[in-house]
Amino acid sequence: MTAPALARPGFVERAAGVSDSARWLGRLMLAPAVLYIALVVAVPFLMAIGYSFSNVTIGTSTPRFVGLENFRNALQDPAFLKALGNTAIFSLVSQTLVIVLASILAIALQRRFRGKWLVRLLILLPWVAPISLGSIGWLWIFDPVYSVINWTLRHVGILGPDSWPIWLGQPNLAMASIIGVHVWRTMPLATIISLGGLSSIPQDIHDAAEVDGAGFFRHLFVITLPLVLPILLVAVLFGLVFSVTDMIVVYVLTRGGPFDSTQVLASLAFFKSIDGGDLSGGAAVALFLLPVLAVCAVLLLRLARRAEVV
Amino acid sequence: MADPKKIAGGVVNFGVIAAFTGFAAFPFAWMVITMFKQTKDLLDPAHNPFVYNAPPTLEHLRVLFQDTLFLHWVGNTLFVGVLVVLITLVLAVPAGYSLARLTGPAGEKLGIGIFLTYLVPPTILFIPLSRLVALLGLQDRLWALVLVYPSFTVPFCTWLLMGFFKVIPKDVEEAAMIDGHSRLGAFVRVILPMSVAGLLTTIIFSFTLVMQEFVYGLTFITSSKNLTLSVGVPTFLVRGDVYFWGSLMGACFLSSVPIAILYNLFVDRFIAGFTVGAVKG
Repeated sequence: MTAPALARPGFVERAAGVSDSARWLGRLMLAPAVLYIALVVAVPFLMAIGYSFSNVTIGTSTPRFVGLENFRNALQDPAFLKALGNTAIFSLVSQTLVIVLASILAIALQRRFRGKWLVRLLILLPWVAPISLGSIGWLWIFDPVYSVINWTLRHVGILGPDSWPIWLGQPNLAMASIIGVHVWRTMPLATIISLGGLSSIPQDIHDAAEVDGAGFFRHLFVITLPLVLPILLVAVLFGLVFSVTDMIVVYVLTRGGPFDSTQVLASLAFFKSIDGGDLSGGAAVALFLLPVLAVCAVLLLRLARRAEVV
Repeated sequence: MADPKKIAGGVVNFGVIAAFTGFAAFPFAWMVITMFKQTKDLLDPAHNPFVYNAPPTLEHLRVLFQDTLFLHWVGNTLFVGVLVVLITLVLAVPAGYSLARLTGPAGEKLGIGIFLTYLVPPTILFIPLSRLVALLGLQDRLWALVLVYPSFTVPFCTWLLMGFFKVIPKDVEEAAMIDGHSRLGAFVRVILPMSVAGLLTTIIFSFTLVMQEFVYGLTFITSSKNLTLSVGVPTFLVRGDVYFWGSLMGACFLSSVPIAILYNLFVDRFIAGFTVGAVKG
């Protein structure tokens, strides 16, 4: 889109006004990235929307427009409704836990102590390591026969001789387990983001609170938390986006089982479309995520804009 | 001097940090313990799992390196990683500079738009992309991953690099341009050499994002020899009912921890990328 303008005669003369030539150079430098993103993100995105209104499967060559049929089918499918509910539970519970735990951890990490770099490295590991591999680690920890959790609980006397929970094999426990793994995996990001927010509070504010004799909790709830709130919100929004769209933890640990009790929208879309060949049905399921993503995106933009005005 | 309240606070603080660090690191510690344990020691419910009841062994690692496709997957991951890093640099470096300096207020909006594409998840894109990959004849080939992975590395790295270039004072280019460089020349000869940290960060992030990716790899690649580590280890080392836990844990540990340590050196810049705009300064 920029090439014809460059070729126009008199370009160089007009370019003497630096801003004009800079603008064209800018477009030229930006174009490849924008085109690539259009090709591998925007086009497939529109295709996904198209699929959801058609009857395309892995086999069909001439898809037909079917209107809202896929969405209607999804809403009447108990497996879908189950996955919708599971996605809500999985995301809301895990992110609530993450925010509370990450705030506590970030406040604890504010102190200076020796070996802090090592603690930071270890705390970040779950987020930095590929989650498919981390989840395999948990698969072994949750093993039905050799679970180290069960062994420990029994030997400290919490588990009686007759109880031996099968972490990934019982519906409620399986949901609790994948939530636990997801908390483990997303907490580092929220912690580091909160820590950044905490350290950007000017020291005078803390000093003033100290002088006024505010106790630890008063200081925390009246001063610290309100000031960190905007950045905590950023952490929540990213956490939500990563949670509602994640299928890796579920795929590796439970494949959605037992009895679909841990099936989420993302994993259902995968099993429907790739394993089952129903591309349009899978696309419709995945697109139910869109409203959540759109709300998160709008809120993130709001936060960004507000910060710019300040 | 010794205020009991302060001491109690310190103890609580230490306890909190110790508990969280334990939670975060435990699965990795468990991988290390498991990968050197003899199978008969691992698979005896009466054994204390925290100690070596039989002498440690390197047998699991030997199996992993000699009898599985592990090294093959390492090679595939490096191949895809290096190409994706190159594509990302070629696309994101000029785009980031352009958004930081050349496009004005419109660029600001476009930059946010590019960043938002990072929020469109593979979960929505993998279905149509699998069709595109098939159309191009790339099913079950590493080139499919090389083509698709920049879809998430480019938006994020463009955003990240934009932040980097914005921090460089404008006088730097102006001085270079007075010295006779063109705008482009100033960018290549003066700005890029100043941005080594930013470029290095981009390289590390693109590479780790490639290492972490799972959904596309699972969707586009079908034969075991063409897999990358993040998909090959959890799918092909776990086929069937027999789990070779020692080798499996060895594979997980060896392919996650080194990259994690490397990444850790750059993580602050990554976080800055996430929160830019939301916090100033």
